[in-house]
Amino acid sequence: MTSTGRERVLARIRAAIGEAGSPGEEAPDGIPRTYLSAHRSEDPAALLDLLHENLVDYRAVVHRTTEHELPATVARLLAEHGSRTVAVPADLPPGWLALAVAGAAVQAVVDDGALTAAQLDSVDSVLTGCALAVAETGTIVLDAGAAQGRRLLTLVPDHHICVIRAPGQIVASLPRALPLLDPVRPQTWISGPSATSDIELDRVEGVHGPRTLEVVLVTGSRGRPGPSGATRLSPGRRGRGPHGPE
Amino acid sequence: MSGTSGTSGTSGTSGGAFLGMPSFPEAAAVSTQDRQLRANLSHATRTIREKRARAVAELADWAELRAAGKAIKDHTLRHLDHYLLQLEAAVTTAGGTVHWAADAAEANRIVADLVLATGEREVVKVKSMATQEIGLNEALAAEGITAYETDLAELIVQLGDDRPSHILVPAIHRNRREIREIFAERMADWGRPAPEGLTDSPAQLAEAARLHLREKFLRAKVAVSGANFMVAETGTLVVVESEGNGRMCLTLPQTLISVVGIEKVVPSWRDLEVFLQTLPRSSTAERMNPYTSLWTGTSDGDGPSAFHLVLLDNGRTTALADQVGRQALRCIRCSACLNVCPVYERAGGHAYGSVYPGPIGAILTPQLRGTASEIDASLPYASSLCGACYEVCPVAIDIPEVLVHLRERVAGQGGHRLERAAVKAAGFVLDHPGVLAAGERAAAKARRLLPRRLPGPGGAWTDSRDLPDLPTEPFRDWWQKNRPQQDS
Amino acid sequence: MRAALFATCVNDAVYPSTAIATVRLLERLGVEVDFPPGQTCCGQPQFNTGYRRETEPMVRRMARAFEGYEYVVAPSGSCAAMVRDNYPRIGAMAQAERRGGELAEAAGSLAPRMYELTEFLTDVLGVEDVGAYFPHSVTYHPSCHGLRLLGLGDRPLRLLRAVQGLELTELPGAEECCGFGGTFAVKNPAVSTAMGDDKVRSALGTGARVLCGGDNSCLMHLGGLLHRQSAPLRPLHIAEILAATRDEPWQGEARSEATRPDRPARPGSAA
Repeated sequence: MTSTGRERVLARIRAAIGEAGSPGEEAPDGIPRTYLSAHRSEDPAALLDLLHENLVDYRAVVHRTTEHELPATVARLLAEHGSRTVAVPADLPPGWLALAVAGAAVQAVVDDGALTAAQLDSVDSVLTGCALAVAETGTIVLDAGAAQGRRLLTLVPDHHICVIRAPGQIVASLPRALPLLDPVRPQTWISGPSATSDIELDRVEGVHGPRTLEVVLVTGSRGRPGPSGATRLSPGRRGRGPHGPE
Repeated sequence: MSGTSGTSGTSGTSGGAFLGMPSFPEAAAVSTQDRQLRANLSHATRTIREKRARAVAELADWAELRAAGKAIKDHTLRHLDHYLLQLEAAVTTAGGTVHWAADAAEANRIVADLVLATGEREVVKVKSMATQEIGLNEALAAEGITAYETDLAELIVQLGDDRPSHILVPAIHRNRREIREIFAERMADWGRPAPEGLTDSPAQLAEAARLHLREKFLRAKVAVSGANFMVAETGTLVVVESEGNGRMCLTLPQTLISVVGIEKVVPSWRDLEVFLQTLPRSSTAERMNPYTSLWTGTSDGDGPSAFHLVLLDNGRTTALADQVGRQALRCIRCSACLNVCPVYERAGGHAYGSVYPGPIGAILTPQLRGTASEIDASLPYASSLCGACYEVCPVAIDIPEVLVHLRERVAGQGGHRLERAAVKAAGFVLDHPGVLAAGERAAAKARRLLPRRLPGPGGAWTDSRDLPDLPTEPFRDWWQKNRPQQDS
Repeated sequence: MRAALFATCVNDAVYPSTAIATVRLLERLGVEVDFPPGQTCCGQPQFNTGYRRETEPMVRRMARAFEGYEYVVAPSGSCAAMVRDNYPRIGAMAQAERRGGELAEAAGSLAPRMYELTEFLTDVLGVEDVGAYFPHSVTYHPSCHGLRLLGLGDRPLRLLRAVQGLELTELPGAEECCGFGGTFAVKNPAVSTAMGDDKVRSALGTGARVLCGGDNSCLMHLGGLLHRQSAPLRPLHIAEILAATRDEPWQGEARSEATRPDRPARPGSAA
């Protein structure tokens, strides 16, 4: 049935479009890409402020800190949230949680790839890094790369603390972000906490995803944004990420 | 609202729920009198309308993004076979399985068989227009499979045994008090009951939905989704959402089945930079929606281990064959045209008799289903042609143009003989200025005899509106008397 | 300067006062006005109801009637938009149906010469103050086709603001359709009336005594609702406001109010 469906659909399409044929190898004809690559100043300090502003606008709680102060900030945020347990990816930089777990006030739940959704449902918080962040839209991109873990890790717990390194991981816009991302990696783009507009078309925060999103902007870091640990290859020839099929 | 039609909304396939619907004018004659519905729709659409305008105004290059979006979609449609085959190859390489469905029955059969093969009898669903269009839930129910809608608005519709009335916000016709009642009365029938003492605060209603659905997410083995975009070069699917129910469905189950219209394919990864800028601002008036999920086939240890993509035609190739109507396939389902439409705001979504209401529905439904039924033949006329929909459309679909084009199709079929005869008679008069002038003079003479309320079809005007007073003479007579020297 | 008046069928038969005002206004501004008698209707009602082929003779007739005029002026945004927006489309369709390029040529020759009255005043004549006097409170409804298809923008408002004595009040939700929509008004009377009622409510809320517009078809619909409700608001075409001066104030002459004793008193009837 499937193969006949395939032939019927393709035949109907060809009958409908006539002799258009293959677009060939050249660029798609006549697509005017005259839109902007970025809408605002790409000065790193301005991008940091813009990202901060847009994250706050969509009800993320934003903190700024330095690399040195990061462990203390994380410990404070977990304590303030009253968290006893925090899920983390296996490759989280060990220093991030050092202070939080030192006094045994908080217990780290490391995802070794076997944690179930039900187990994560009883964890208070999750702490991750990200692949990059888009200032203009206040968007954090997770691509299951370094310090991010599997998708369910950042989905099931109700409190997500996400660390972004500035200026290294911040880009201005979507047109700046997409070339840096690897389509093969499963991605989650996050812009503020879970929300809905389903009641009277008015935005209400907090449905199924984490209802509290805390973003820690770590200033003074170096490095370029992009898929964690991977060099971008042209489409179709990309290497699989660490979680891809071998 | 649901009372605008006599149908229960839970039968049949391929839009079968809407067969036997009254025509748009008949349905609207009832719904426009529903004060609660009018108040709910007016409040919701006006709120979002202003927000959208602000969100769009933030981008200085909106016109350029709109032009690029239109061009990408047009290009894709012109080479649709090529890009679908490229997509199929990329998805297959990435570990997915691609199925093709020529119509609703084929798509439903494919999905049902895939679910049955897993041994499961429950699926969780991400909001998807395509699966509503084909009546998937009803088809699965016939096979003993229960489909749980997980989008908040879809949940409201499902629990309320209601029909969707909006593309983005299917329960837009319900206000918070009505939603509270539905949750309090019906949640227990489907799983975890609503919390005691539930109020109508949107935050509490959202919390009730979170608790009700979480147990379903945690035990689900199979999910069914649609997709907003499919990238041909990479095989990537994209789901744009707000609540996180999409992430739950796309991540937690072992098997994921995505049913997607063939027109949702875009050629390249880069094309997303256009649509992911225009879609959120057009639909929820946000710079970016809270969650966007992108996945390419399957990934070991992360997300479903089995991925099936069902490519759906179901009338799309018929629209594709129409040079004017084809542009409706550019639609990215943002629903900006619904929110800005004065007809939609007053008639409500149910009057359109389709899962696709509003201006886009008025041009999409008659192309997907044909114009044989009374409701489908009436849809191209469900517009004052004010053009507000075209103005806000992020892919520049000239909806008024397509409406008029489809009216031509409807006028050419049976049932319009009297109208056609009248148009022909008028055409004769209007091609003979002397006859026209004589008619105008006769009308001017008889103007005192004109009744206040007209009988028959003219009553459609005079039931609510007085007729204008006719002048003592037509303009052309004034001209002849007052500017005679200039006439030839 | 010479211009042809496209009066439109509605104005010719039902609202001659608007066409007369257009003639007087243009003549006052030094334009030599012609009324080619071969004109009838642009064909919009037929075209928009689905009778494209039946509209074609009207495209030809219009092109013939206005042949040789550099400027054709219509006191109607909707009819001007029909010629400018849809005539080329009708011509292109005929060509696509392999029926020759004659219709496309006729449509293409007329379309760029067709002007809506207010854009002719501001863009061609380059005036905003037309020397008018109209001592009444006015609110303005921009009809959809002028607004969206012709892109008239604030041209009508600029003209109204320059009128002496005129008090202009903003119409809330001005850009929303009034619900006329040609045959929509009778094919979907319930929605049409609901839209019109909301527009009338907004207009009455301004406290103005005159509801001004650039399309008498829309004003006929709104006026019909207002009259049925005996509301103290009078629809009036912008040409009639712009034609009024201190020497020749607006009379409402051709509206034959005398025949309707129940017509609410028109504003400034003592003027």
